[in-house]
Amino acid sequence: MHELSIAHSLVGLVQQHLPPETTRVTVVELRLGALSGVVRGALEFCYEIATEGTRLQGSRLQIHELPIVIHCPSCEADRTIEGAVSFRCPVCGTLSGDLRQGRELDLGSIEYDAEGEGGA
Amino acid sequence: MTTTPRVLEIRRKVLSKNDELARGLRDRFHGAGLFTLNLVSSPGTGKTRLLEDTLGRLMARGLRPAALVGDLATENDADRLRRSGAPVRQITTQGRCHLEAQMIEEHLDGWRLEDIDLLFIENVGNLVCPSSYDLGEDLRVVLLSVTEGEDKPLKYPSLFNSSDLAVITKTDLAEACETDMAAMHANLDAVRPGMRVFETSARTGAGVDDWIDFLADECGRRRAAHAAPAD
Repeated sequence: MHELSIAHSLVGLVQQHLPPETTRVTVVELRLGALSGVVRGALEFCYEIATEGTRLQGSRLQIHELPIVIHCPSCEADRTIEGAVSFRCPVCGTLSGDLRQGRELDLGSIEYDAEGEGGA
Repeated sequence: MTTTPRVLEIRRKVLSKNDELARGLRDRFHGAGLFTLNLVSSPGTGKTRLLEDTLGRLMARGLRPAALVGDLATENDADRLRRSGAPVRQITTQGRCHLEAQMIEEHLDGWRLEDIDLLFIENVGNLVCPSSYDLGEDLRVVLLSVTEGEDKPLKYPSLFNSSDLAVITKTDLAEACETDMAAMHANLDAVRPGMRVFETSARTGAGVDDWIDFLADECGRRRAAHAAPAD
């Protein structure tokens, strides 16, 4: 169970990038790969704890789950692995360790309220 | 006063702070000519036992290994490993389920890295959490004992996939446990195609020489590569 550590890192990373005029953060977008080793439900639970007392409190953690994508050398194409983890091309059956997607644990964009007029 | 909703693209890895520290460690290790391995497995696979034998055998070959040992609590593992005569430090994580790059950095104080050839980092016994944290190692080695079942790699694909090579331990018990070794190899290959796999028994000594040969060769090769002038 390392999701609390991850949640604290995520909150810290967002805080580091917050413009000073931020009043509160409303949405935090996270890209989560199937091989990230992070359990979505546990992270959501820990996110609430980690955001308490910060400008992220009450914000929505929007998680985009990313499946494993391997590059199949036989088909010369990227292939998405559905279901059980196996690094076998779903089309031709070739094993491939050439991982193109699946390890992500990335902060994307955030939405926040800021004091004053205008903005992006 | 008015408030305006805004959007900000950040696009950073959540563990970027750990990754940066790990990159710094890796540079430092390479600069000092170290070959570093991060050993991961479930509790009870035999990381400490294999490491005990490994440290002793490497020293007998004139190499200078050292070890950092992670556990939630106790100095027991470090005490065991110190009997080899190699420099050993315990990292107690106070309940945390994995090691982080910062913990490695904090435990290097006072060691002359130039006097070490191979650094073993024995991670906390856990098949999930250590997968996310780079410790600055050259190789991540996953250990798997024959008593754990052939399908362990399929159950914990993140960690097995993030590892560079595997060591199957306790092979002397394979027959008693009716372990299907071919299936174990096939499952390792399914989650990490092409992964190199060693088979060892610390009790009988079977396969340990191959493992030691690999470490000694790899250490020599890497030291030569890092010592080569850049220009």
